[in-house]
Amino acid sequence: MQHLCDIADLFLSRAPACDYWTLRLVEEEHDHLEVRQGVVEPSRLTYSSGAMVTLVKDGGIGYGATSDLSVSGLRIATERAAGWAQVHARLGLFEAGIYPRSSTRADYRTPVEEPWSTLPIAEKLDILQAANDALAIDDRIVDWSAWLTRRRVSQLLITSDGGRVSQILDYVHPGLVAVANEGSQTQRRRGGGSDGSQQGGLERIVAVRLLEDAPRVAGEALALLDAPECPQDTRDLVLLPSQMVLQIHESIGHPLELDRILGDERNYAGTSFVTPGMFGRYRYGSELLNVTFDPTVPMELVSGVADDEGAPAGREYLIRRGILERPLGGPLSQARAGLPGTANTRASSWDRPPIDRMGNINLEPGEGSLADLIAQVERGVLMDTNRSWSIDDSRNKFQFGCELGRLIEDGELTGLVRNPGYRGISASFWRSLDGVGGPESLEIRGVRNCGKGEPNQSVYVGHATPPCLFRDVAVFGGGE
Amino acid sequence: MNADAFFALSDHLNAELHGSEILFCNLSSESSDFVRLNRNRIRQAGHVRSTTLDLTLIEDSRQVGGGCDLSGDPKEDQARARGLLARLRERLAHVPDDPYLSYSVEPSESDHCGDARLPPIAEAIGELIEAADGMDLVGIWASGDIAEGLASSIGHRHWHASTSFNLDWSCYLEADKAVKSAYSGFGWDPAILRGKLEAMREGLHVMSRPTRILEPGRYRAYLAPSAVGELMGMLAWGGFDLKSHRTHQTPLLKMARGERSFDPRIRIHEEHDRGLAARFTPEGFPMPPRVTLVEGGRFAGCLVDARSGKEYGEPVNAASDGPGSLGLDAGTLDASEVPGQLDTGLWIGNLWYCNWSDPNDCRVTGMTRFGTYWVENGEIVAPVKVMRFDDSLYHLLGDRLENLTRERELLLSAETYDGRSTDSMLLPGVLVSGIELTL
Repeated sequence: MQHLCDIADLFLSRAPACDYWTLRLVEEEHDHLEVRQGVVEPSRLTYSSGAMVTLVKDGGIGYGATSDLSVSGLRIATERAAGWAQVHARLGLFEAGIYPRSSTRADYRTPVEEPWSTLPIAEKLDILQAANDALAIDDRIVDWSAWLTRRRVSQLLITSDGGRVSQILDYVHPGLVAVANEGSQTQRRRGGGSDGSQQGGLERIVAVRLLEDAPRVAGEALALLDAPECPQDTRDLVLLPSQMVLQIHESIGHPLELDRILGDERNYAGTSFVTPGMFGRYRYGSELLNVTFDPTVPMELVSGVADDEGAPAGREYLIRRGILERPLGGPLSQARAGLPGTANTRASSWDRPPIDRMGNINLEPGEGSLADLIAQVERGVLMDTNRSWSIDDSRNKFQFGCELGRLIEDGELTGLVRNPGYRGISASFWRSLDGVGGPESLEIRGVRNCGKGEPNQSVYVGHATPPCLFRDVAVFGGGE
Repeated sequence: MNADAFFALSDHLNAELHGSEILFCNLSSESSDFVRLNRNRIRQAGHVRSTTLDLTLIEDSRQVGGGCDLSGDPKEDQARARGLLARLRERLAHVPDDPYLSYSVEPSESDHCGDARLPPIAEAIGELIEAADGMDLVGIWASGDIAEGLASSIGHRHWHASTSFNLDWSCYLEADKAVKSAYSGFGWDPAILRGKLEAMREGLHVMSRPTRILEPGRYRAYLAPSAVGELMGMLAWGGFDLKSHRTHQTPLLKMARGERSFDPRIRIHEEHDRGLAARFTPEGFPMPPRVTLVEGGRFAGCLVDARSGKEYGEPVNAASDGPGSLGLDAGTLDASEVPGQLDTGLWIGNLWYCNWSDPNDCRVTGMTRFGTYWVENGEIVAPVKVMRFDDSLYHLLGDRLENLTRERELLLSAETYDGRSTDSMLLPGVLVSGIELTL
C-alpha cells in the first residue's frame, strides 16, 4: 500500500486542472495451487498493477487506464481521459455536473488470522495431495482435484476533493471436485469450500473442512450415478444456502441493479422487470422476505468501507417484509434515476470503470432449523449446490439446476435424486416463500464470477442466506 | 509494446537464466478505446492501455508459471520481469516433477501484422449517433491495437498483431422489444453502418406490432446464425476438448460412445487458418490449419492442448481446450427462402444465457432474445414475448434438423473479459422441425 500511496502523492503534486478528478490505483496478487489426480498442476503466480484516471472537465467525463505508473504514464492516461471528456461533453448521456464527488477518508483491511505466507508451498501441496487421496475412493471416480487460490487486492482511491480510501482485501479459496462416471452417466460434486467463498487467510482451509469434506464429495458423486432422475411435476422446494446464493443473485440482485433499470446493460446483461415506480410499494415476495445490501458483515466477499468511487459503505434494506424499498445504485445512478440507492459502484480492476454492482446481498434469517423447514413439507424436493443457471434478460423467467436433490415425503428426507432442476418466474416465485431458516442456519457465501458491463467485467459478490422453503414449484430431472 | 521491444525483453531474460533453465515468454497487449452507449448517447468513454507478460520457467521436468503487467518503459519492464522470474525460480525449487510438462523443442518463427483502416474514433461515434438519430441505441464500441507474442530461450519468436474495431449494439422499442446488430472488422465504412441501421429500423417496425405470447410446447423454428452461435458456444464448453472426453465429462459423451449422433450434414471444424487469432500455442507448438471435430454428424476429433496432449498421448493441435475459430459447414437452403421453408413457426434472431440443463444428454436451456418473431405462411406477423427453451442438441442438430442455410455469417466475438477477444465463428442459420419451449 505504501507503494500506491507514493504514486498517489506524486500524482497529487501534479494534479490535472479540471472540475474534478479521481485516481484509482490497484495492485493484485494471485496464486493458484492445484493437485489433480495426484499430480501437481503448474502453479500460477500473477501480479497486476495499474491505474485509472477519471476526469470531469468542461462538461464531460472520460477515463484513461494504464499499467504505466510512472509520472509520464499517468500524464498520458490523464490526457486520454481529458480527450474522452471532451467528446462526452458533446455527446454524453447526462450532464457531467451530476458525477458524484467524494471526500471520503477511510481504510479497510481484511482481518487475517493465518497469512498465506505462513505455510510453505510444500505443505500446501501436501494438504492438496491428502485431499486427492481422500477423493479417489472408487474406480468410477474418473477425475478429481483439490485446489487453493489466494488473492490479495490492494486499492487506493484519491480524489481532488480530498478523498482517500485504502482497502486491502485478502482471500483464500479452497475447493474440491470429484467426477464419477458409469456408462453414459457422469455426475460431478464439488465441496471443500468451492461454493462458499469469504474473505480471510489460510484459516479458511480449516473453516471449510477441506480434507474432511473429500469423502462426502466423492461419495455423493458416486451415489448420484445410481440415483433416479428428479421427478417432473409441481411440488414444494427446499433450497440449501448453496443454491439460495444463486437464486438471490439472479432474481433479486441483478434485477435491482439501477444501471440495468436505467438501460445501460440492455445490450449485454439485460434490463430488469423492476421499474422505478415499483420502489416503496411493489410486493416482491412474501412477508418472510427481507433482503439487505450489507458491506458491514465481517469477512463476506464484498465487505469494506467504501465503493470504488468513494461512497461510504453502509447497510440498507432492499426488500422489507416482502415490499421493495430501494435499488442497488451508486450516487451517479441515484442522480440519474432520482432514487435512493447504495454504495455499490465497483470495477473489476484498474482497467475497467466502476459500474453498479451487487455487493453483499443477504437474505435475512427467519426462525427455525433446516429440519423445521423440511418438517413443513408433505411432498417436495431439497436441492443442493448450483450447477446450471439461466434467466431471461429482464431477470424474470429462470431455470436453475443443482448437483444433488433429495426427496421429501411427509416431513422427512427420503431418497437421493440426480439432475434436479426447477424453473419459475421471479415476480411470483418469491411470493411462494413459506419458510426461512433461523440465524443458526445462515451461511455466508458468494460467487466469484459475476459477469456484467461493456467492456466486460467479472467481480466477486457476497451472499449470506439461510435455507428456504418455497411452495408449488415446477421441478424436473435429466434426460432428453 | 511492439515486437522488437518484446523480443528485446525476452533476450534480456534469457541472458539471466541459470544452468539448464528454459524460459517461455508470452505477451498480450492492447491499446483500446471503449465507448459505452445508452439512449444513443455516450454513457461511459475511455482508453485502456494494457500489456501482460506471462512467463513459464522450466528446469528438467519441473515448471512454474506466472505473469505481471508491463509498463511500456524498457527499464521498468526489465525490473518487473526480472522480479517475477526470481519469484518463479524460488518456487521452482519446491515443486515436484510434472509428468505432463510439454513444450515445443523446435525453434520457430512467425510474424503477422493485419492491415486496418480505422477512422478517428470520436468521428465514428459522432457518425453513429447521427445516423441513429431517433433510435434508442445501446451498446459498445471497442477499437485499437491487439498483439500477442511468444519468445523462448529455445528460439521461438512469434508475433501476431492486428488493429480492428467492434461495434456491438441493439436498438430498443420498449421493454424487451429490441433488435440487435454488429459491425466489426478492419475497415470502417459509414455506408455499411447506415445500411445496418436502416435494416434495424425495419425490424423495429415489425416489433411495433402486438406481441404474440406462446404457450410452452414444441414449435417449428429457424435459428439465425447468431442464435446458432449461442448453441455452438455451449458445445465449446467441454464439447471438443480432449480432457473432457477422456474423463467422460463432455456433453458429447453419448456421441463419443456411438450412442447418439447429429444429422449427417453437421460438420464442425476449428479453423485456425481463419487468420484472426494467433497460430501458435503458448508452448511454441504451431497449430494445423484446421481440426475436424464433427464429421457426418459423428464425433471426429478433439482439440488437444499441450498439457492434455502429453497426458493422453495425442499430438497438440490447439492453444487451449476451447475453440476460438469454430466453423459449421453450410447447407443448401437459400437464405431468401427461409421464411417460405419455415412457413409457420418461430424466427429466432438470438438466444441468450444458455447453459447445460443436462449435459449427459446434451440438453441446453436458454432464452429467446432480440429479433424473435412469429411467422405464418412465410410472412413475419408479430414479435414474440421472450420464451425459455430446453432441448437437446441431439434433436436440434440431429433428428429435427431440416436444413442449414447456404450463406454463412462471420461472427466476431465482442467479449472483453480478458482483453478484447480474437475469437470468431463462421455459421449458417438452421431450420428445425421443432424446438421445445418450456416457460
